[in-house]
Amino acid sequence: MLSRTASSLYWLGRYFERADFIARLVEATVRLDVLSPRPAGCAAWASALAVTDTDAAFEAAGAELKRSEVARFLTIDNSHAGSIVHSLDMARNNARAVRTALTREAWSAINRAWLMFEAKPAATDATSVLNLVEAVKNETRGFEGAVHRMLRNQTTWFIRLGQAVERADNTARLLDVKYHILLPEGERVGGVVDRDQWTTILQTVSAVTAYRWLYSDGLRPGNVIDLLIARAELPRSLAASVEETVDVLLMLAKRTGQHGEADRMARLRATRMAKTRSGEVIASGLHQYLQSFIEENALLHGAIGRQFKFG
Amino acid sequence: MVKQAFDEIMGMAGGPPPRAELAALSRWIEATPDAELRRRQQAAEATFRQLGITFAVYGESEASERIIPFDIVPRVFMHDEWERLSAGLIQRVEAINAFLEDIYGERRILKEGVLPTDLVLGNPQFRPEIAGMRPPHGVWAHICGIDLVRTGPDEFFVLEDNARTPSGVSYMLENREAMLRLCPELFRDFRVAAVDSYPDRLLETMKSVAPIGVSAPTCVVLTPGHYNSAYYEHSFLADSMGIELVEAADLVVDDDMVWMRTIAGRVKVDVIYRRVDDDYLDPLVFRPDSALGVPGLIAAYAAGNVAIINAPGNGIADDKAIYSYMPEIVRFYSGGEAKLPNVETWRCREPQALKYVLDNLADVVVKLVDGSGGYGMLVGPTASKAEIEAFRAALIAEPHRYIAQPTLALSTVPTLADSGLAPRHVDFRPFVLTGSRGVQVVPGGLTRVALKEGSLVVNSSQGGGTKDSFVLMDDRPHQSQGDGQSQTMGGMTQTQGTQGMNQGVTR
Repeated sequence: MLSRTASSLYWLGRYFERADFIARLVEATVRLDVLSPRPAGCAAWASALAVTDTDAAFEAAGAELKRSEVARFLTIDNSHAGSIVHSLDMARNNARAVRTALTREAWSAINRAWLMFEAKPAATDATSVLNLVEAVKNETRGFEGAVHRMLRNQTTWFIRLGQAVERADNTARLLDVKYHILLPEGERVGGVVDRDQWTTILQTVSAVTAYRWLYSDGLRPGNVIDLLIARAELPRSLAASVEETVDVLLMLAKRTGQHGEADRMARLRATRMAKTRSGEVIASGLHQYLQSFIEENALLHGAIGRQFKFG
Repeated sequence: MVKQAFDEIMGMAGGPPPRAELAALSRWIEATPDAELRRRQQAAEATFRQLGITFAVYGESEASERIIPFDIVPRVFMHDEWERLSAGLIQRVEAINAFLEDIYGERRILKEGVLPTDLVLGNPQFRPEIAGMRPPHGVWAHICGIDLVRTGPDEFFVLEDNARTPSGVSYMLENREAMLRLCPELFRDFRVAAVDSYPDRLLETMKSVAPIGVSAPTCVVLTPGHYNSAYYEHSFLADSMGIELVEAADLVVDDDMVWMRTIAGRVKVDVIYRRVDDDYLDPLVFRPDSALGVPGLIAAYAAGNVAIINAPGNGIADDKAIYSYMPEIVRFYSGGEAKLPNVETWRCREPQALKYVLDNLADVVVKLVDGSGGYGMLVGPTASKAEIEAFRAALIAEPHRYIAQPTLALSTVPTLADSGLAPRHVDFRPFVLTGSRGVQVVPGGLTRVALKEGSLVVNSSQGGGTKDSFVLMDDRPHQSQGDGQSQTMGGMTQTQGTQGMNQGVTR
């Protein structure tokens, strides 16, 4: 496989995953803001900006911090790198560059998602925002399915590698920001807004029901953190992303006959993850843990590029 | 000057009724309500958009990716018409290959005075850099798209030869897919020759011209990148042949060998179907100021280590000034008269011809010898006074850059216009493949249709559309014969079976 093709597939995976994540985040934030009995208001939207690392860009754009503005900013605003439309643009550009490597189904899902935004959708009131992100989620699901029906070769593995690396980053960011907001010093844990906030996290990683199956003692912050970090059963957990990265790299190594820096880093990370206990992480500082996880993930990203000569 | 146009399905207005073989088609057109035709047409276009079968229009930032409008009413070639066309096309492409071999080699045709020497050697399309190089197996024009126009039941003319990187073959294939899906009844009534073997034939052609001694050649398609207007086609072809689609940056030349950069290291490349112009092939040879291209590619080609499809330097064969000499060229190399005539052409470089053209500007079509895509062209009968005067000045200033042709009454085919079905002018581009084992014509091609009433410009960049082109496997009408029905069904099944296989293997 051409190095350029591999690079485009990997980035395609990353951007499409990111589009999906932002869509979920926006959806969960709308729910938190509008549908909860005690609306969290602009604090909810500020945290959505923080998770996508676009708070500075939003401030620079000079819009008012309220639902309609932030929702528009995170969905249809192509002027910055943190919106759904920008991620879809980049995903589609990469997909177009490797059009031959994708099946029609996979390409159509990406193209349909992109075409929705070409049609300049409105993203102002809560309903239209929810409809839009629901449509994006449909296409990302379709893409996921199409990728799983493609030949099990480097093409799918590079897409999945990009997805896994992106997913690890997204989940870590989500948890970091929300935890920071949720447990300010001296604040009592367990109020109504609080409960909604924790539910928001679960919604963003599609784990509301999964949580109930895995934990029988009600909604507890410690459990949510445990689920998102250490439970490999949950596809969007850090543990699952770490495992997926190792698996995909292993399959690539088998095919190309090459091992490298990225394989070693990924395996090392997986070994450490297997020993991680969420209780200890919380005790010794969740924020620090997540920050170093995000940094390590970025290093792994660099190593992957070098190993496969992305250039 | 403009005569009554011949309608390929309905016949001449006021003339005899449509040809008997096509009665079934005209009945289908009449029996299917416009609304139904329109619905199917929209379904096809929706699919094209979803699959990203688009082309980019230069100079337009908004909506820079557009689909080419598709018309649901097919155009039909009779079996015996096709036989005659094929023979003419094969003869012409053989002559083009012989001409290129000669012009970059011995130059017999110049020595014998058949062509003016300065017209060839002084032509910007002539590449002195590659004179003396010979492609593997002596094949130069592997893929030709010969543009044809029709003016009557038996009157076909060659309008243009495309021997560089003719495009449009993906539309031939995608239009057929759409027709099979949307109008299956037509394939019951007509035995239509399948076109879906094109990618296989192309790959076979590529492999057949691999450098001598390479047993399992690695073939690639070279694209300028995904911002190119024909990128969809490049990716489509690579995909349906199951070979890599590379950009110049993916290739590297080392010791006169061409390699592509892969995740597992370098892989040697033997055959390159390039969809980039000569100018951007190799900066060491053609455009030193260009950062594009693969440095050293031409050296590797000269060393006989790589086949380039089509060969560099082919532009001299499809130059519009050379075109006017094609009858002489065909006669010179084949020893016989051209089976497919040229359109009468005035070379404005000749004073007599220039005078005639200037006197008749309102009636003729004037073309830049190196123009394409419908740009740099004057269509006298539909041009404004100002446009005509602008061309007059240009012609007087640089007559050698222009040729002129009479305005032809291009044939029409019923086409779904806003107001319903109406005749629209069409042209035709069949695709001719030349490998080391000879020349073949794929039974089909690209029919382009001028969607504006009365317009003669069919280029997609100028508002043209496309139609499927049926080539009938025999000319017996089938619709009323029980026996014929089952044969037709047999043909259909086979066609679809092959498609299924292709998809399974290559997509």
